[in-house]
Amino acid sequence: MRARTALLLVATFAAAGCGGVEPWVKPYERQNFADPIMAADRNPVSTSYLNHVFEAREGARGALGSHGGGCGCN
Amino acid sequence: MPRPHLLPLALLAFSWASPAGAAVLPDDRADVLYHRYEGGGVTIDGPSLLVRKKFAEKYSVSANYYVDMVSSASIDVVTTASPYEEQRNQASLGLDMLNGKTQYSVSLSGSDENDYTASTASFDISQDLFGDLTSVSLGFSRGWDEVRKRGDREFEEPVDRRSYRFGLTQIVTPKLMMGLAYETITDEGFLNNPYRSVRYLDPDSPAGFAYQPEVYPRTRTSNAASLNARYFLPYRAALSGEYRWFTDTWGIDANTVRLGYTHPIGSRWVLEGGYRWYDQSAADFYSDLFPRRDFQNFLARDKELSTFTSHMLSLGATYELPSFGWTFLQRSTVNLFYDRIRFDYDDFRDVRAGGTPGTEPLYGFDANVFRLFVSGWF
Repeated sequence: MRARTALLLVATFAAAGCGGVEPWVKPYERQNFADPIMAADRNPVSTSYLNHVFEAREGARGALGSHGGGCGCN
Repeated sequence: MPRPHLLPLALLAFSWASPAGAAVLPDDRADVLYHRYEGGGVTIDGPSLLVRKKFAEKYSVSANYYVDMVSSASIDVVTTASPYEEQRNQASLGLDMLNGKTQYSVSLSGSDENDYTASTASFDISQDLFGDLTSVSLGFSRGWDEVRKRGDREFEEPVDRRSYRFGLTQIVTPKLMMGLAYETITDEGFLNNPYRSVRYLDPDSPAGFAYQPEVYPRTRTSNAASLNARYFLPYRAALSGEYRWFTDTWGIDANTVRLGYTHPIGSRWVLEGGYRWYDQSAADFYSDLFPRRDFQNFLARDKELSTFTSHMLSLGATYELPSFGWTFLQRSTVNLFYDRIRFDYDDFRDVRAGGTPGTEPLYGFDANVFRLFVSGWF
């Protein structure tokens, strides 16, 4: 019950803060992120294949959000 | 079917690829890729085609067709079965819709080979917040598989899969972007390979050991969390890093660390290098050599469930082709990536060496992975 109340409070404060947060990195300061070398996944078809190479040979799986998923097989 | 219970995970994961960059639909592009894996007596190669196109300003459709041609004489196959060849085909369709700062993605995938069929449906939603500095995503996938067995027409077992995931990307400074991902995957059904065996001590056998079929639990739940960062260096190059923690109800705990460096040269070349380290503990019911037949309820000798470490070195080059003068093609690249992976197993032995059971040398192998592809933006 206490955990649920704490979660509700956090959610309330977070929701209340949504409209008031001032972006600390201005749009004109974000040109580096437009550079293709900063893309989280420049080549999805290639990354997907490599991720599946791992998944087919390792016990671990999931949480690969930063570089796409795996399509492919082994 | 070297590792059938993992193939559909690729389908689950594929559907997650699209919503990473919320509030901006992915570029219109087409990729034609040739992939090749060689290692441990296994060769797998084939093509992959991916096409993505926007329409009506707020929609983007994607289609992927993927083929694996497998030729396997792995250590499992040569010790307990016969070398084989097979082919797997996979097709995926996706639709993304952008509505303000919210992106919705749905996808369907199907994979088929002679003894395994997998179908997956996925839904993802992502939202940009705080002046587009933050992106939050949630996703769910459901998979339905059917496991069959060559030479046994009566054998047909289902597998039900679900994936729940959460992602967060954050622009931290003008040069640093970070991301967090969490995913829970549950499986229920026939989760082991119907062809694979475990070995146990058998004084009546000339070799001192014999084989019996593997038996896995019919459920598995895993949790994984990853933290990643990408940093823009002062001289136009990028450093990236990632750590992933993993645990599951089979007793496997794993850690992954990945480092990467991207370096453009001039306006046409981009070079990449990377290193990846992976380490895992064995499943609770794994053993290279059981003391006797039917030693316990669950039995596994799949080396992917053993204790092992792998190291991977990666090199890659991208070259932007000169303009062909075609009005529909904005730009195009040709790309070559090579990865060298070393696997060292701590409790999986190479029985081909012979000798007293349980004292054979530990197994290990090197793998070479090639990806050659052409990409076009239109």
